[in-house]
Amino acid sequence: MSKSTYKVPIGPIHPSLEEPMTFNFEISGEKIKSIDLAPGDNHRGIEFMGRNRNIIQIIYLAERICGICSASHPFAFCRAVENAAGISVPPRAEYIRVIIAELERIHSHILWAGVAAHELGFDSVLYLSWKVREEVMDILEILTGNRVNYGMFMIGGVRRDISKEQIPRIEKTIEYYKEAYQKLEDVFLQDPSIAIRTKNVGVLTYEEALNLASVGPTARASGVKKDVRQDQPYSAYADMDIKAITPDMFSGKVNGDVYDRIIVRVLEVKQSVEIIEYCLNHLPDGEILSEKKIAKLLGILKKAEGEGVGRHEAPRGEVIHYVKLGEGESPEVWKARAPTYNNLMSWVPMLQNQEVADIPIVVASIDPCIGCMDRATLVDANTYQKQVLTREELRKLSIEKTRRMMQ
Amino acid sequence: MSPKELLSFLKKNLKESILDSRIDTNKEGIKQEEFNNIWLEVEQSKFRDTIKLLATLQYPHIAIIAGNDTGESIDLLYLFSIYYGEKFKEISINIKVSLDRKKPSIGTITDLIPGAQTTERETKEMFGVEFVGLPDMHNIFLPEDFPKNVFPFRKNEKGLDELVQNES
Repeated sequence: MSKSTYKVPIGPIHPSLEEPMTFNFEISGEKIKSIDLAPGDNHRGIEFMGRNRNIIQIIYLAERICGICSASHPFAFCRAVENAAGISVPPRAEYIRVIIAELERIHSHILWAGVAAHELGFDSVLYLSWKVREEVMDILEILTGNRVNYGMFMIGGVRRDISKEQIPRIEKTIEYYKEAYQKLEDVFLQDPSIAIRTKNVGVLTYEEALNLASVGPTARASGVKKDVRQDQPYSAYADMDIKAITPDMFSGKVNGDVYDRIIVRVLEVKQSVEIIEYCLNHLPDGEILSEKKIAKLLGILKKAEGEGVGRHEAPRGEVIHYVKLGEGESPEVWKARAPTYNNLMSWVPMLQNQEVADIPIVVASIDPCIGCMDRATLVDANTYQKQVLTREELRKLSIEKTRRMMQ
Repeated sequence: MSPKELLSFLKKNLKESILDSRIDTNKEGIKQEEFNNIWLEVEQSKFRDTIKLLATLQYPHIAIIAGNDTGESIDLLYLFSIYYGEKFKEISINIKVSLDRKKPSIGTITDLIPGAQTTERETKEMFGVEFVGLPDMHNIFLPEDFPKNVFPFRKNEKGLDELVQNES
């Protein structure tokens, strides 16, 4: 009898990707038997570039590690440098940092929700969620001047203040999302067709999430109560009472499937709105920067020695930057780690024994940039004949499965 | 365990193998809540025991390995955290191990913490550190045909020149 498994490489590259990668699947019939992950097709060597830049320049480099987490990376990097050099941040700046970081979480989670709906074949839901997302993009533009890459962070504070006139506008956004949340909950959590397509799909157990060092909503959906904002006091989060959101808060139990990851993200939108509201109500007065003159700040950093770690809970999970200050302007060591790096290996147990048509939603469920699905090649193990499966064909398979289940 | 108790617990069990240690305390927020970083330097031979000791308290979460070629040795800094899951209880534990620069080699911890695989593979190809017991897998970030004797994050002759050409 002929060998019945096929090798299916998927990936690697798409311009929107934070971490482009290739998936090599071994398929038997419709079931995935084994997975090999091969990222790195677009490794940009950002840490390497950091060797030739000074600390202030690296903030902007860090901001460009990811277009969606463009507040999270500079947040963690600034904290690492501040810890290393012993620079304190004025309270008002800490609150502004948290407001920007939470606005980013809202836009990232709603963006993800739209993409997930798109992968399942509900394009009207994609349009609805991205329309809802526009409000947060607008407020980010009003506060920072940009929809992405906000340029807000600086060692020892933030670069722009929130003025009195802007506060009513932010309150309007908060009201908007309180209303919109109900819609999101109705569409994503009460709708039977999304539930039927995502329940018991791409399961990651509690033990697997722990063993594979998963972070963020991926870990929390499996019941690991891990959230940097809860676990360690930092920035303005230290003044708040934040609880890691796990799916049992909504459904009463933890399955660790794609549906649970949707629950966690949708509930976190609500949580972020509450955090922003708290920050606005308790926004302290005072300075926003500990040292306004950049040349002087660079002088301080040049003399400073030491090492520091900065952690922050990005929308996708813990982001961590490690900085060791050395002689000269550039850091001796700068190590940045994005959450997807740790969540990468969670794909292996999630995809094991799943169907080919479930690849898009399972891969999307940890919230990487979904563009990895650009093209796939089916290789017949006996004849080595290649058949290319494009992103569109793969998505078509996913949509067809949804339609079948809805009949 | 408080950070101080944790450090003395580790010192009691590992004794002279701990070459250096300190606790960094940050005070955060208006309420000045404390957060602690424990910095350790352990002997290479006892590194595995250190992880096992930590695992008796709670499953340690590994964030990343940060490598550093100092010119005299290859230093690996393992960034762990422990006691996560409860409000403000987490302690960050950063363990440094110095490796011989001529032949950097250390045992893998992927059998204890499978999640460490990605970062060990990255360190292997960027610094040329051998992880004993780590399955020989393809490159994770560098291209497959990248020269085998060039390690981009080394700062000597094995590091990057102006331009490195792929082998094929």
